[in-house]
Amino acid sequence: MGVWGGVYPEYEIARNADRCVVCRVCERQCANEAHEYIPEINKMAADDAKCVNCHRCVALCPTRALKIVKSGNTYKENMNWTEKTINEIYKQADTGGVLLSSMGNPEPYPIYFDKLTLNASQVTNPSIDPLREPMETRIFLGAKPNAIERDENGKLKNNLPPQLKLTMPMMFAAMSYGAISYNAHESLARAAEELGVFYNTGEGGLHEDFYRYGKNTIVQVASGRFGVHKEYLNAGMAVEIKMGQGAKPGIGGHLPGAKIVADVSRTRMIPEGADAISPAPHHDIYSIEDLRQLVYSLKETTEYQKPVIVKIAAVHNVAAIASGIARSGADIIALDGFRGGTGAAPTRIRDCVGIPIELALAGVDTRLREEGIRDRVSIVASGGIRSSTDIFKAIALGADCVYLGTAALMALGCHLCRSCQAGKCNWGIATQTPELVKRLNPNIGYKRLVNLMRAWQHEIEEMMGGMGINSIEALKGNRLALRGVGLNEKELAILGVKHAGE
Amino acid sequence: MIQEGQARIPSGCAISGIFSKSGERFSGADIIQSITVMHDRSNGLGGGFAAYGVYPEYKDYYAFHLFYDNQQAQKECEDFLHRHFDIANCSEIPTKRTEGVTDAPLIWRYFGAPHTTRLSASQLDEREYVAKCVFRINGSYPGAYVFSSGKNMGVFKGVGFPEDIARFYMLDTYEGHCFTAHGRYPTNTPGWWGGAHPFALLDYSVVHNGEISSYDANRRAIEMYGYKCDLLTDTEVIAYIIDYLHRKKGLTFWEIAQVIAAPFWQTIETMPEEERQTHEYLRSMFSSQLITGPFSIIAGFEGGMMALNDRLKLRSMVVGEKGDRVYISSEEAAIRVIEPDLDRIWSPKGGELVLVNLEGGTA
Amino acid sequence: MDEKWCLGCHLCEYYCAFAQTNEKDMARALKDRKIAPRIQVEDSGNVHFAVSCRHCKEPLCVKACITGALSVEDSVIRIDPDRCVGCYTCVLICPYGAIAPAIAGATAPEGGGLVVQKCELCLQNKMGTPQCVQNCPNAAIVYEDRG
Repeated sequence: MGVWGGVYPEYEIARNADRCVVCRVCERQCANEAHEYIPEINKMAADDAKCVNCHRCVALCPTRALKIVKSGNTYKENMNWTEKTINEIYKQADTGGVLLSSMGNPEPYPIYFDKLTLNASQVTNPSIDPLREPMETRIFLGAKPNAIERDENGKLKNNLPPQLKLTMPMMFAAMSYGAISYNAHESLARAAEELGVFYNTGEGGLHEDFYRYGKNTIVQVASGRFGVHKEYLNAGMAVEIKMGQGAKPGIGGHLPGAKIVADVSRTRMIPEGADAISPAPHHDIYSIEDLRQLVYSLKETTEYQKPVIVKIAAVHNVAAIASGIARSGADIIALDGFRGGTGAAPTRIRDCVGIPIELALAGVDTRLREEGIRDRVSIVASGGIRSSTDIFKAIALGADCVYLGTAALMALGCHLCRSCQAGKCNWGIATQTPELVKRLNPNIGYKRLVNLMRAWQHEIEEMMGGMGINSIEALKGNRLALRGVGLNEKELAILGVKHAGE
Repeated sequence: MIQEGQARIPSGCAISGIFSKSGERFSGADIIQSITVMHDRSNGLGGGFAAYGVYPEYKDYYAFHLFYDNQQAQKECEDFLHRHFDIANCSEIPTKRTEGVTDAPLIWRYFGAPHTTRLSASQLDEREYVAKCVFRINGSYPGAYVFSSGKNMGVFKGVGFPEDIARFYMLDTYEGHCFTAHGRYPTNTPGWWGGAHPFALLDYSVVHNGEISSYDANRRAIEMYGYKCDLLTDTEVIAYIIDYLHRKKGLTFWEIAQVIAAPFWQTIETMPEEERQTHEYLRSMFSSQLITGPFSIIAGFEGGMMALNDRLKLRSMVVGEKGDRVYISSEEAAIRVIEPDLDRIWSPKGGELVLVNLEGGTA
Repeated sequence: MDEKWCLGCHLCEYYCAFAQTNEKDMARALKDRKIAPRIQVEDSGNVHFAVSCRHCKEPLCVKACITGALSVEDSVIRIDPDRCVGCYTCVLICPYGAIAPAIAGATAPEGGGLVVQKCELCLQNKMGTPQCVQNCPNAAIVYEDRG
């Protein structure tokens, strides 16, 4: 394509020649072959065009000789035709293809979490010191029955449907084996076990080695039904039906054949090297009554011992859809906002479809309460939860729990280069190439996940104590704990919070 | 100025309660003396009493106490009452001009029984029918406010120090087997009579000292079950929670205490298996009714009285016993002033239920 | 050393060489210098293995040393640079190839006269703890007592 095809690299590798000792770790660690050793002059060279800005070389360079900087090459400035827009056009004119991206929506939409502030106790009631008093973060997920029952002696009977018990209101979001590596899955599973929470298999089935983490596993059933069989459905503590994903609502999935290596093929129950294509809809669910049938099919298969989660992307009429799901027999609804991550999605879909999780969550919680059915389901919020304060705010808006995807991957080393779709993850996460996969040692990975979750748990306890709350259930839906800053009337109304100063 | 119900108003308070287990009736003089001792715990912006067993002659009728802003509101509301109830007696509640009590609304009392045909047409249980009518009036009849709606009991409250409110209503002329009292210390107030405490629905009445941090979680949950929190006060939501758990869900008062002031998980873990399961069930089933933050409450109900502190005991509350009498108060002094020679006095632990019932069941 | 997790990044070699210099900054210490690390990564295709002294229970090198320059101190095999005469018997006899002749001009060990070099678990330099272990990005090199 010659002169037309070239897009100048957005980032360049800046090497400080005074600090480089030519150890060549950058060269050895870059699966994109951006670094090269030039023996004649005993120096390193770099091809910026190959760099995806994953920071593997930066992180490993022992002398801090490397950094990645914006290349600074600019077109004539234009607020309408931005550099990104121009480059995308050149790329598509070059290839004729759909633009692909990964991870969550990076566009500058408002982040409502950042426009909500938290309350604290002053004078009229005391704050509680989490170092001196118990601070409870345990939660249960699942449907609550309408009435209590007593036995002939008047003793309360446990008539609760199966519940998920968690030590803290956080779980690892669905990320399939195939999209992420064996070692990434092992890290998540072991962390979930140590923390007393759950990880989610995603739609790629469950590797036989991981059945032993069943007590901390949620198994997913998606439109492709990869790796789904009776033993699989009974392997975890809950079954999740994936109807949609925040990063790509309305779109199925496509795992390229190159990632369907032997183990992945066996786990997914599809031929090695064959593309794994998840259809956009479930072809047995064209309406809400069909969903009910699948919910009950799964309950039959699991003998009513496992709660069923229905995961949907946050789309415009999410509240009405959630209301339908709450009446479908599902025990838990997972809402995935448009900042949720993905291993690959068409860029336009990722960046333009769906709504922010804060508004979706508030809308759903309000609607279910208006209809008096909030107790029938638990709500799990996901899609762009970045910190303990995001979790805290999500719970105050009405969530029971959150799913963490991107943040968990970052604990494992992800530097958000957003190139998962290439399958050459230098951090050993979104890849099936053995020499890359081994870069993620689960002995390190699971500890880092545990560290992150425990740190966030401590922070949540601090914030709870500050507002005089010593049990997380007293925060759920407690919207008076929040105030908006810089939000308009409509946004405040949807979020159900007052403006700061009110 | 924002009116009560338009903003959430935190308050500190004094509470007191006296109960005769034998059902012996005594005058309101004791409770007045008790709450007067705690004058400094309130600031003159609200005081009130709940008195049980005070209407034996009408014990089968619901006693409605209403505040009216004006006669127009009274007329419209009375039309509603007459449509829904057979009113056996209606009169202005006797009051006496009292210094420190001003801006009193019209205060009326009605003894009524649900219209049988209306009741059966509604397909509601009788008490639910009455509760719904109360919500109707308080929500849809501006200028009218039902502040008491139980049988053989009544709430007497207003804006002022509790001892002045007692003089205003001549509470010492009433005789009952149980009295509770409240002196309010709101951090700001519009000074509305309906906002004073106790807060009552049917025969459940609550006096409360504290400021709960779980308020909005509790409110949003209880509103889902058909309650309407008009006052945005802690006391209102606690009263509704007790009504919901007791009347609608059929929990015992012990179970209610385990829900609203649940033991900590670390305590539950150490319990015998059966007990542990009960607590785990109650905490997961009724997680939205857990109340956190400081509170001490005294709740009156037909045939009994309960008292409870928050799980950390962040508010003072003492209990005294003498013969068939049980005294509960924010301060020991408020008990000693009426009964210096107690058989027993103790300070209940956080989350420890104090429950007294009439001997031989309901009065 | 667990080859399952060794990435062949060779960082251990550089941290080892750096440790011997007792410098504060690796760039200053190693810039334009040949390194002579006491740990060496062997690569073969996708298999990588970092080799260094295993501090054997019954070390052949110590037995073979003709001058007593090699000795065991607290389970660590140490070299006394003043005694080594450079006969290289130890280099030849070590079954793991963990002892090597010191290379002239390379990152110089402290104290002259040293003619062979081997891992001394960074006890002989300022670091005090094995730097290859501390800086391995994938926890492939571990320091543990295997009895």
